[in-house]
Amino acid sequence: MTDVFPPDLIRLIVSFVIVVAFAFTNAAVLVLVERKICGHIQRRPGPFEVGPHGLLQTAVDGVKLMAKQMLVPRNADAGLFRAAPILSFVPPIAALIVVPFARMLQVRDLDIGVLFILSLAAVNVLAILVAGWSSANKYSLFGAIRAVAQNVAYEIPLLLSLLTIVIWVGSFRMSDIVAAQGGFWFAFTPMGFVAFLVYFICGIAETNRAPFDLPEAESELTAGFHTEYAGMGFGLFFLGEYTNMLLVSAIATTLFLGGWNGPAFLTTAGTGFWATVIQTLWFLAKVYGLIVVMIWVRWTYPRVRFDQLLNFCWKILIPISMANLAVTAVWLKL
Amino acid sequence: MIPRPDPTLETLVLNMGPQHPSTHGVLRVVLKLDGEYVLEAHPVIGYGHRMHEKMGEVRNVSGFYANVGRMDYAGALSFGHGHVLAVERMLGIEVPPRAEYIRVITTELNRIASHLLWFGAFLLDLGAFTPILYSFDDREYILDLLEHVTGARLTFSYFRVGGVNRDLDERFIQGTRVFIRRMRSRFEVYHKLVTGNVIFRKRVEGVGVISPDMIRKYGATGPVARGSGIPYDIRRVEPYSVYSEFDFDIPTFPEGDCFARYRVRLAEMEQSLRIVEQALDRLPDGPVMVEKVPKKLKLGPGEVYQAVEAARGELGYYLVGDGTDVPYRLKIRPPSYSNLSLLNELAEGVLLADLVAIMGSLDLVIPEIDR
Repeated sequence: MTDVFPPDLIRLIVSFVIVVAFAFTNAAVLVLVERKICGHIQRRPGPFEVGPHGLLQTAVDGVKLMAKQMLVPRNADAGLFRAAPILSFVPPIAALIVVPFARMLQVRDLDIGVLFILSLAAVNVLAILVAGWSSANKYSLFGAIRAVAQNVAYEIPLLLSLLTIVIWVGSFRMSDIVAAQGGFWFAFTPMGFVAFLVYFICGIAETNRAPFDLPEAESELTAGFHTEYAGMGFGLFFLGEYTNMLLVSAIATTLFLGGWNGPAFLTTAGTGFWATVIQTLWFLAKVYGLIVVMIWVRWTYPRVRFDQLLNFCWKILIPISMANLAVTAVWLKL
Repeated sequence: MIPRPDPTLETLVLNMGPQHPSTHGVLRVVLKLDGEYVLEAHPVIGYGHRMHEKMGEVRNVSGFYANVGRMDYAGALSFGHGHVLAVERMLGIEVPPRAEYIRVITTELNRIASHLLWFGAFLLDLGAFTPILYSFDDREYILDLLEHVTGARLTFSYFRVGGVNRDLDERFIQGTRVFIRRMRSRFEVYHKLVTGNVIFRKRVEGVGVISPDMIRKYGATGPVARGSGIPYDIRRVEPYSVYSEFDFDIPTFPEGDCFARYRVRLAEMEQSLRIVEQALDRLPDGPVMVEKVPKKLKLGPGEVYQAVEAARGELGYYLVGDGTDVPYRLKIRPPSYSNLSLLNELAEGVLLADLVAIMGSLDLVIPEIDR
């Protein structure tokens, strides 16, 4: 039996199913949460018709998206056009395998955990570029161009701010970083706080959400890079976006907010079932807290202009994060 | 000349509209772009042409009256006001004071509704989704009030030659007073949510600067002209109806950028509230219609030009009569047409996102341009 199904393979399949199921559930919940929060910010109830308080709205929307035909424009590069949505949602799901939801709840505790996530997150920009390029639509192309410039620029301060924590802990391993924050979370130290702010701003930009939603900028580019996508093609981009939000918040929680640690006495470092449940709850609470902040920001602010976006990154965020990194390095040497 | 795509050049020709989220209707703007920079912008109009002027020449006055509200759906009462004033001037009809007061009250409420609609749509152009729902919340109060008295919510046909269709009742007056109180506190919300927002300020300050010379050159009027420091308001320079009896300011800001136009419109809403409040306080008793309006309105022979201050600027009706009850010619001078003509010069060298902001700040209503 063990020869036919090695335990590692079973583990792989089970975790794969769990991670994918979690990503889909997360997206389904987040769509509804976002629409509800947005509704209440705008003095309206949000979706209300399907199910009690509109709770089944996402399910109905999902069915609608799946039932729709995915049209491919005549001049489009059909192969790339179909590949782009998959490219956009597979990497963030794959990146979830190194996220430590609790001490014992992590698929793989890789040595290069942080690097692994960042390299997978960088594929997102490729998906947008491919989508915009293959659509044969000028608005899509503009969205793609914007996305590339924006993501390349914002990846630098993002990396620098994460590097601050990495040199502090001296490890890329996610579990080491969480363990290093048992007493105090990095976000409550001066350098950690600056890095956290820079990271969070860059995270919003990386997920292409308002006020940095230039690649899709509805009032300028109709829908930007996904203008030509219908049905599940659009749906997968949507899924990718929400999984990316989850990933960005999960990294922030792990590196800056103490991961699965609760505050002070409410925490447990145990490995039992109930300890794992409590740790997971803390982790998810922090992750969704950050996501709610992202939603709140999105429905409050206007969109920045493209030159302002890049100026903000190159002239403010990168110097700040570099200075922060230098200060941290010097402080650690002392 | 409208640019044509040319694969040998490094520039891109982008067709913005007639279906585009920020052209607010069926305006088509052909853009020549170098990267994200706009080299040329050519508005192409006429997609919403409905021959309103021609219809004015084949129908009698009351037959045509339903058209005027359909030209500018956001500020329909101003369009009706100009039309009835032109006809009354030609026929020499003296309107009872109560009717004129009612016209001013409803028109000013309509102006606030129009500016509120603009406020939301402008912020939508800048990528902020929430303010439109706040402003629509307030606009809803006005629409309910106007619906109660006129029977319509958008394309009003309330004024008549010689007065207004129906008298105001107590419910409308009380409701308007409540609305004025509510609206004054709402401006604080708007300023907190939008005016002070740093991203908003960065997007509108110094963007799309219109010099007073350009205003004169293109004949731009309304908040666009007042945002460039020109205190030109028909209600003040050429008072019609009973506007000379009220105490109100003409807000002007000299900067000429999108932010100045934004501040003009917000200040104008407050001034309109002042006018409505004064008009309600002094509302005279009496009839709302002239005793005897002839069944057949014989126009002329002669001509009149009547201008009113619509929400978007100077609206002129040039009416030529030949002695029959059907006008010989009815020329309409809509404000947005002149304001749109600024776009070509303004758009040179700006970013695509700024072009959207500039078009939004001009407050274009396309059916009124196309007529």
